Parts: sequence; structure tokens; C-alpha cells
Amino acid sequence: MTTSIHDTATISVTADKNALRVALGGRLDAAGTASIWRSAVDSVRSAAFSSLEADCGDVTYMDGAGVALLVRLRDLAAEKSGSITLARLRPEDEKLVSLTWDIELPKWDRADKERRGLAVAVGEATGELWKASRQMIAFVGESFALLCQAMLRPGQVRWKDVLLSCLNVGVESLFIIVLIGFLMGLIMSFQSAVSLQRFGGEIFVPNMLGLVMFREMGPLVTSILLAARSGSAFAAEIGTMKINEELDALTTMGLSPMKFLVVPKLLATMMMVLMMTMFFNLASLVGGAVVMLSMGYPLVTFTSRVFSYLDYGDFWGGMSKALVFSFLVAGVGCLRGIQTRTGASAVGLSTTSAVVSGIILIAFADGIFAMAFYYLGI
Amino acid sequence: MKGNETVISVRHLTCGYDDTVIVDDASFDISKGEVFIILGGSGCGKSTLLKNMIGLIPPISGEVWFGDQELTSATGKRRDAIIRKFGVMYQMGALFGSMSLLQNVMLPLEEFTDLPGEAREIVAKSKLAMVDLENAVYKMPAALSGGMKKRAAIARAMALDPGILFLDEPGAGLDPISSAALDELILDLSRNLGITFVIVTHELESIYAIADRVIMLDKDVKSIVAEGDPKKLRDTSDNQFVKRFFHRRPGLTPDGQTP
Repeated sequence: MTTSIHDTATISVTADKNALRVALGGRLDAAGTASIWRSAVDSVRSAAFSSLEADCGDVTYMDGAGVALLVRLRDLAAEKSGSITLARLRPEDEKLVSLTWDIELPKWDRADKERRGLAVAVGEATGELWKASRQMIAFVGESFALLCQAMLRPGQVRWKDVLLSCLNVGVESLFIIVLIGFLMGLIMSFQSAVSLQRFGGEIFVPNMLGLVMFREMGPLVTSILLAARSGSAFAAEIGTMKINEELDALTTMGLSPMKFLVVPKLLATMMMVLMMTMFFNLASLVGGAVVMLSMGYPLVTFTSRVFSYLDYGDFWGGMSKALVFSFLVAGVGCLRGIQTRTGASAVGLSTTSAVVSGIILIAFADGIFAMAFYYLGI
Repeated sequence: MKGNETVISVRHLTCGYDDTVIVDDASFDISKGEVFIILGGSGCGKSTLLKNMIGLIPPISGEVWFGDQELTSATGKRRDAIIRKFGVMYQMGALFGSMSLLQNVMLPLEEFTDLPGEAREIVAKSKLAMVDLENAVYKMPAALSGGMKKRAAIARAMALDPGILFLDEPGAGLDPISSAALDELILDLSRNLGITFVIVTHELESIYAIADRVIMLDKDVKSIVAEGDPKKLRDTSDNQFVKRFFHRRPGLTPDGQTP
């Protein structure tokens, strides 16, 4: 049987009783070897022999791919309990082959990766959850204590960092806050006006809009924007610092990463979120006003209806919600940053987790607020 | 296996960033099988020169020839063909953290060859065996020590059997034993496989152990100040900077004398 499939590499297999002779020739580089690999392996696998001779006399060039073919033939021979000899190797190829020929290459041991039972998996998952909850609670406690400390001793806070964070978190997000606020006000007013118009009730749109925005949507949407924009940034920043061992450097300098990095970010976020929520509410009222004006109502009707129906309880209720949400979002962003593991994908995982956990926490906290406000009659 | 065949020829290469020239008008040839070392103090442009030679940064002016092909002006397929002639080991290894060592080494084989899966695996494993990592093929880079990462990076650079290997500071951050083992590996590969090495380093011990020829860059002159055999340069050079470098002396005192 003689086959010449590729013009740069050749193979011919001849059987003589129990001896199989595989004659290789031409260029055994990646391309050449790839072209004869299948036929070489198949013909050796299907043949019966006790000794295999790989004749490399006609080889004009050999690199790692050629050596791999010889190694594969050796393994095939070993599977059939046959012996293998390499014949007529050129001296330079012999050097190349000898570099790895005697080393036993490891096989993937499937038994290594034992399958875990359901009970073990559930147990591990519960353990993880328990650990994560403990870390979160410890973190919330520690940051709350540090915040109280900062209030009592404002001189210890790094106000420069706070100001920088304020710019990043607040000032630079003004555009998106105002844009989303305006659009939400516009869309909500328009949609509800269309439905209410059927009953001649579009005059109640300002009442609804003011209440919904100040009590619920303002703090909620602002905090979600905060989670997406700043929570993720905190996680990425602190996570990268962790990978570069900057957190360790802070610790060994005697500076607590919590105090140095987390507190300024928390303070800045909590200070800015109040203004961001106000801007959001204002922009949404402008959006609502545009709808009402387009429906022929004068502006004064709109404003008087909004403000006669809203009281300070609604305003401060929304603000306190925003304050708590921002604490949760900024805190979980920093926490995920601190929890970052090593590797290039770790920072990505941390930022994703920061946003997801931030939004989940907001939803939970909002539910608790709704119940509390209901029972307190706010 | 050293021949007279020139594999890399750098012609009047001026490199730097934006308007800042770091290395001015450098010209040198590297022959096949040679262990060629680029030397110099910190910040003299060793790594910049290397990055220009491998086409990562376009030079301000000048040419880099690999055989009869010029890299800096080449584009598309022609450039890919030149780039396939060499492998590069980066200072920190630059292994892909999400892949095991085996997958790291198999990646170029998957992308650039038609070899079947089992063949790729054997090739990758033998490359890792060449650098003494046959027992770590399924490990992730994060589980390796610095020296192992560098060796794995060399294995990956060798995956496609290039004739030239560029190594950026192979000995940096390694203990003397690992560093010596790496030197031995480099000599071994150079002697047995005829691989040409272009190495950036400032580890004197390694330089004496492996270098066939060195060039030395100086930050103040912004160019090559010496070229030749390192031991000869150490013993015979008149250049103040070269003397200070090889004899490990700090900078000149204000009156112009070596302390």
C-alpha cells in the first residue's frame, strides 16, 4: 500500500509477516504532517504486527509536528504490545526527537475529576451562600461603623478623595440622569394621559406623576443608574487594585483599605445621590409638563396640581430611600472589588456581580420600605 | 549550529514614542543559531527596541529584515507570514489565565495548522516536556510559580517551531536556580534545534553564561555604545558606561570620576 497524498510529505506502509514498515518522507512540518496523519494512524491501527519500523530516510525536514507523529506511532505500537524502532533518522532530527522521546507524556486522567453527588453539591452551595451572606453583613456593619466614625471625626476623612468621587459619581452622571428622568416623565405622562383621556381624567396626570416620581421612581431609577454606572466602576477600580497587590500594600502600610478606599466612595455616593434624585425628579416633571402643555393645559395648572398633592413626607421618604439604596449600591460595588480573585476575568466577574447584587439589594430594600411606609402611614 | 546566514537585519532603526526618540539609528545583524543579547540600564530602550523589532510598535524610521522580508512596511498576509517566523516570551509570561497550560500551547496550533486534535495535543505536550513542565500540562497559569510561567511561555512561543525566539527579561524575578535552569534551557534549544535567540536582559550571570554576542544601549547616547562578546567587552572596553555596567558601579560623581 503506497499513498502519496501531499506533495510535501509522503507515507508508505508495507507489512512483512509480523513486521510493519512505515516509510515517511518529504517535509514533516505542520502542513505535511497534517496531510498524512490520518492515513498513518489508521493504517497502523488496523494492521496486525509485533514490531513496527518507522523509516525516516526520505524525510527532508522535521519539526515538532513530525515528532508528534512518531510519538503517536509509538503509542499505537505500545497499545498492540509491539516494539518500535526509528530507522535512518537524520542527525538533526535525532536531536529533536531525543529531546522528548524518553519523557512520558501525561494522559488526562478522568478519574481525577470525580463526580460530586447531589448532597455534596447542595452542601457546598449552601456553605458558599452562608459565607457570602456573612461577608456581606460584616461588610455592611463595618462600613456603617466607619461612616459613623467619619461623622464624629470629619478630620480623619480624606476629603480630596471624596471630592474626586463626587465628581465621578455625581457631576459626570448629570446628563444621563436628566435625560432618563425627562424621558420617563414624558413617557409615563403620555401613556397615562392617553388612557385617562377616555374618562376625561387626564387632569390627574400631574398628581400621579409627582407622587410616583418623588416617592418611588426617582430613588429607584437613580439608584439603578448608580449601580450600573458607579457600582461597577468601584468594583473594577478596587478589583484591579487588589490584583496589583495595592490593597496589600495599603494594609502593610497600616492603612485600612476600608477607610482609605471605601469610606470616601460611600460618603461621596450618599451625598451625591440626594442631588441626583432631585435632578431626576425635576427632569421628570419637565417631561410631564411638556405632555400637559401639548394637550392644551397651561403650565400653572400642571405645577399647582403637582405641588398641592405632594407633601414633605413624600419628598423626604423618597430621599431617605435614595440614601439607603445608594449606601447598598456603593457598598456592594466596593465589596465585590475587595472580593476579586486573581486572573484577567476576575475583574469582569466582580463588576457583573456588583451590578447584579446592587439591583437585587435595591429591589429588596424597596420592598421593605414599601411595607414600613405603609404601616407607618407615610 | 551557528551559521553565517543572517536571519535578522536591523537597518538604521530609530524608535521611540511620539516625538521622543529613545533609540537612535541602531543597525545590527543577527546570524542563525546565535544567542544575541540586548543590554543596557533601566529605561535605555531595550524593551522598546524589542517591541519595534517584533512589529508591536511601528518605528519612527528604519527597517527590520527577517531573511529577505521587511517587517515594518509589510501588511496583511505578508506580515502574518513574517510574524510566524518568530515566537515571543513576554516579561510576565502573558499566559492566558482562563486556559490550562496545554490549551495555552495548543492555541496557536489550533489557529494556524491543520493538525488533528490528537496531534496538536502531542505537539503541545512535547513542547511543555521540553521545558520540564510535562507534569503541569493540565494546571492553570495561576497555580504556577514565576519560573514555571516563564518556561510555559517559552513552550507557547515554540508551539509553531519558529526559528527565532524573542525573550523579554527571562531571568527577571527568578531565583538563581530557576534562572540558571532557564539559561540551560536556552543553550540547549539553541544548540540542539538551532533556534536563534534575541534576549533582553540585564542579569550579568546569564549574559556571561549564554551570550554569543551582545549589544549595549545607553540612555544618554540613545544608541548602541558597544557590540561584541560580553567577556571581551568587560575586560577591554574603554567606554565608561560599559565598564560601569559590567563592573556593577553606580553613576559618575559630579567631577566626572567613577566612584
